[in-house]
Amino acid sequence: MKLKEVAHSRTGDKGDISNISLIAYKPEDYPMLKEKVTPEIVKAYFGEICKGDVVRYDIDSLCAMNFVLDQTLGGGVTRSLALDKHGKALGMALLEMEI
Amino acid sequence: MKKIRIGSGAGYAGDRIEPAVELMEKGNLDYIIFECLAERTIAIGQQDKLKDPSKGYNQLLEARMNKILKLAKDNHIKVITNMGAANPLAAVEKTAEIAKDLGISGLKIAAVTGDDILPQIDKYYDNTVLELGCKLGDIKASVLSTNVYLGCEGILEALENGADIIITGRVSDPALSIAPLVHEFGWNIDENPDEMGQAVLVGHLLECAGQVTGGYYADPGYKDVPDLDRLGFPLIEIDETGHFVVTKVEGSGGIVCEDTCKEQMIYEIHNPKAYMTPDAIADFSQVTFTQQGKDVVAAANATSHGKPETLKVSIGYRDCFIGEGEISYGGTNAMNRAKLAADIVEKRLKLIGCEMEEFRVDYIGFNSLYKTDISSRYAPEIFPEIRLRISGRTKDKANASLIANEVEALYTNGPAGGAGATKKVSEIVSICSIFVPRDIVDIQLSYKEV
Repeated sequence: MKLKEVAHSRTGDKGDISNISLIAYKPEDYPMLKEKVTPEIVKAYFGEICKGDVVRYDIDSLCAMNFVLDQTLGGGVTRSLALDKHGKALGMALLEMEI
Repeated sequence: MKKIRIGSGAGYAGDRIEPAVELMEKGNLDYIIFECLAERTIAIGQQDKLKDPSKGYNQLLEARMNKILKLAKDNHIKVITNMGAANPLAAVEKTAEIAKDLGISGLKIAAVTGDDILPQIDKYYDNTVLELGCKLGDIKASVLSTNVYLGCEGILEALENGADIIITGRVSDPALSIAPLVHEFGWNIDENPDEMGQAVLVGHLLECAGQVTGGYYADPGYKDVPDLDRLGFPLIEIDETGHFVVTKVEGSGGIVCEDTCKEQMIYEIHNPKAYMTPDAIADFSQVTFTQQGKDVVAAANATSHGKPETLKVSIGYRDCFIGEGEISYGGTNAMNRAKLAADIVEKRLKLIGCEMEEFRVDYIGFNSLYKTDISSRYAPEIFPEIRLRISGRTKDKANASLIANEVEALYTNGPAGGAGATKKVSEIVSICSIFVPRDIVDIQLSYKEV
């Protein structure tokens, strides 16, 4: 199953840091997401893109998590060579992850 | 119980104007905010101001003011915006001129300044630049702009002095909304940590306008949004206890639901327990959203833990040049011809001695968004077309032009069927930051009445 079947996501940026949310559609899926989508797994998944640490913040009241990926936007939004300088599309990649 | 309604009229510099007009017509608003400053906007505005001292404010200021000033006056809606960018004083002059042209009188227009600390920046040359690790003094020759992220204080003073239209330079995005709440309800960070947390949440949910009403959200079949073409911008209604609802005007497109609010709350906050703003260190970790009706969501349980001792200074500096070019290949062997083209360009750039600091090849349609590992997991076997994109970072314009030109030259000097080549050379103004003690800031107000 892909994450996309049970969760949605939005991506934001600050400097060279990407901020990717993962929000369960249904509260009953949230414990499973917390167990499976660890920061280590997310770091490995984005290994070619994310050069820094990945921190996960849990927001239990919303059945949501926030992944903060350091050194991920090609040196920063203002100087990145990437087409998607803000990394706006990264959340959609996370949702393609098989769990 | 006293209730205040604040609308959001813009979420970025170039945002659509029609939804703001709709909100001001039908939203029964007390205030409307326009958030129009991206990180680089002031640095670019500063360059405009150097060329022409009457410029340096938001490029859509005139278009927006022409549409909204009469509505602001007739419907008694106070306007708060950072459209002043690098030149709030000139923005106030221009706004007054537009009001006169429209035959509007009885408006007090305020400029909030003091965010620009360029004249005294040499005091901070020993400060460490967060992103670069060097001292600020090391890049002093390249610095274009230095603007402190101000809190709500200046806007608050303008409101207390009866201003109707308030135009700022760099302030934190939530401050645009926090100021009217503090003005109306008298909250302060020491006695009202919960209310101030809710105030930051209001500001955060409103600052990207349509992003909380269905913009940046729709995904057909997964997250459907009705009438996205007529996307309405959000408004909040808040009472003196800090309880508020997010909604939009009847008849507008889009959706306000718990999921749009969740996505926008988490957007760009990093640590939900400590979302840093000049006015409060907000804690959103216990927030709940409750659907109360169609397009009406209640938000509760934000709080805050004091405010930061230091303020962030956004520094714009001349960084580098980027040369880039694109060309498309189609048909069965498109990917192989695109790869051959990339190889040719890389070799030719070496051959002609192009000096680069970084080089990047993307195959648009395959790996330009996610690079190769992730993209390969669900790539098709044959691509009907591939667009090659080549970009490189250089110290000067001449070398950047070499990169752009070599991509274009693929037309006659590259693989078969190269199509639709484009090229671009850009000077890159980047942003870095330092922190300064908050008491060094000297906020100034000036007013113009029409």
